[in-house]
Amino acid sequence: MSRRRVRPTDDPAVVRWVLTALALGVFGVLVGLPVAVVVAGALRHGVEAYLRAITDPLTVDALQLTLLVVAVAVPVNIVFGVAAAWALAKFDFPGRAALITLIDLPFAVSPVISGLVFVLLFGGRSLIGPWLIAHGWHIVFAPAGIILATVFVTFPFVARELLPALEAAGRTNEEAALVCGATGWQTFWRVTLPNARGALLAGVALATARAAGEFGAVSVVSGHIRGRTNTLPLHIEILYNEYDFSGALAVATLLVALALVTLAIRWAVDAHAARDAA
Amino acid sequence: MRRRRDALPGLSLTLSLTVGGLLLFIVVPLTTVVATSAHLTAGRFWAAVASPRAIASYRLSFGASLVAAAACAPLGLLFAWVLTRYRFPGRRLLDALIDLPFALPTAVSGIALTTVWAQTGWLGRPLARAGVPVAFTAAGVTLALIFIGLPFVVRAIMPVLDALGHEPEEAGAVLGASRWQTLARITLPTLLPAVLTGVALAFARALGEYGSVVFIAGNLPLRTEIAPLLIMTKLEEYDYAGATAVAVVLLAASFLLLLVLNRAQAWTAERTGMTASRIG
Repeated sequence: MSRRRVRPTDDPAVVRWVLTALALGVFGVLVGLPVAVVVAGALRHGVEAYLRAITDPLTVDALQLTLLVVAVAVPVNIVFGVAAAWALAKFDFPGRAALITLIDLPFAVSPVISGLVFVLLFGGRSLIGPWLIAHGWHIVFAPAGIILATVFVTFPFVARELLPALEAAGRTNEEAALVCGATGWQTFWRVTLPNARGALLAGVALATARAAGEFGAVSVVSGHIRGRTNTLPLHIEILYNEYDFSGALAVATLLVALALVTLAIRWAVDAHAARDAA
Repeated sequence: MRRRRDALPGLSLTLSLTVGGLLLFIVVPLTTVVATSAHLTAGRFWAAVASPRAIASYRLSFGASLVAAAACAPLGLLFAWVLTRYRFPGRRLLDALIDLPFALPTAVSGIALTTVWAQTGWLGRPLARAGVPVAFTAAGVTLALIFIGLPFVVRAIMPVLDALGHEPEEAGAVLGASRWQTLARITLPTLLPAVLTGVALAFARALGEYGSVVFIAGNLPLRTEIAPLLIMTKLEEYDYAGATAVAVVLLAASFLLLLVLNRAQAWTAERTGMTASRIG
């Protein structure tokens, strides 16, 4: 962007000042302060207490389960997201719009219902639940249910970030590659993916943050068994309800850090795309 | 670009993966809720759906979501305007951090908001002394929902405002309109579909929101109990039928909203030639 000239539609300096101050003030009170309070509360009893809280064996157990959930749910998400984005961006077919709505569906469903559906499907009172449990397949109140619920809530993330990028890129590059003799897979790996790397990365970051931080859906299916079905957000809730506020806030800082990293990745991707466009 | 024939491969593979994944992970599980509720007798279903406790929870959930989404409209306009039109130190940081409520785990948001607004908190204490308790009241529920909804509205408006540019307003100014006339007759009407889309997205999210609300709500039956929490409570009491019945009501509202949203987004696209919002 070159030097800005003064436009007749530029707001007067007073208006600019007041509105900017208002926006910063609202953001500070509504979002900034709560985050600051998490960090301050986590460190209230000193760095040593903080480190003790986040290295507590139960916290480590919760972290391990959270990492397992992320390690399964995010790759599943990537496979479906890439497939869906390819089909929906590069082709036109009847029912395309309906399919996009279906992909968005988990965004509209309450997290509690996202958990409930798996209790109804696999729980002890469901059609197949008793059979599964008799054969040693525990899904509800077990890590499998937590993973399923997480896949459900994170389903749209990668597809939703990738779709606009693939749509904007059009089909000509891929068609050129195919005409030059590349196979379909070569075209995807060497032409499509390099151009959509940023969007994919942003989608994966968002899916990871949500998978690690999902609370409502996971809360329904987990059964809150410490050391077995406790993820980090559930562990935070337990600590909080036991009035271990600084412990809860200490564990919460781990997830705050993850959220900030996610936003940083998305910001870098956007900045990169803006530079490419310029 | 018109499509002549499919030179690109992979439609059958990717489409079957997409449809298969959707059926397996989304459609079949969701159908279970409806199928389970169909097993209930009409009387049983109605007793669960229309109990005084359930009615009170819908009233709070719909009411607080509506107020919060409406409050997000002016706030969203403020943030979108400042971020798009002004240049100030920290603008890019604010632009990135505005998504924080979306990226933050809901349980963390809930605890953080409660710590600030509870009667022992930094802001809750002076407010409670002034006779305005926030945490553990409907006001606290609304506050949490504003927090959650804000990024949806800001992100719906920003791309439209950015694409609008200064030219239409300059044309208005050149033709002799006052600044207020220009804003009221040119800018706001153009932004309206995007604002409504954002508000609907925020409302849809607020309706089902659980984690950021339960800590600050107080969760008293009939008073500060949101519908998603009622589902949770009924599940913990092993009242699967009751939980499912309330879930059906909430799901029906969400589907209806999704349809309205699709219409609103098509409207925005028609009016401005672009799609609003990337996060919803």
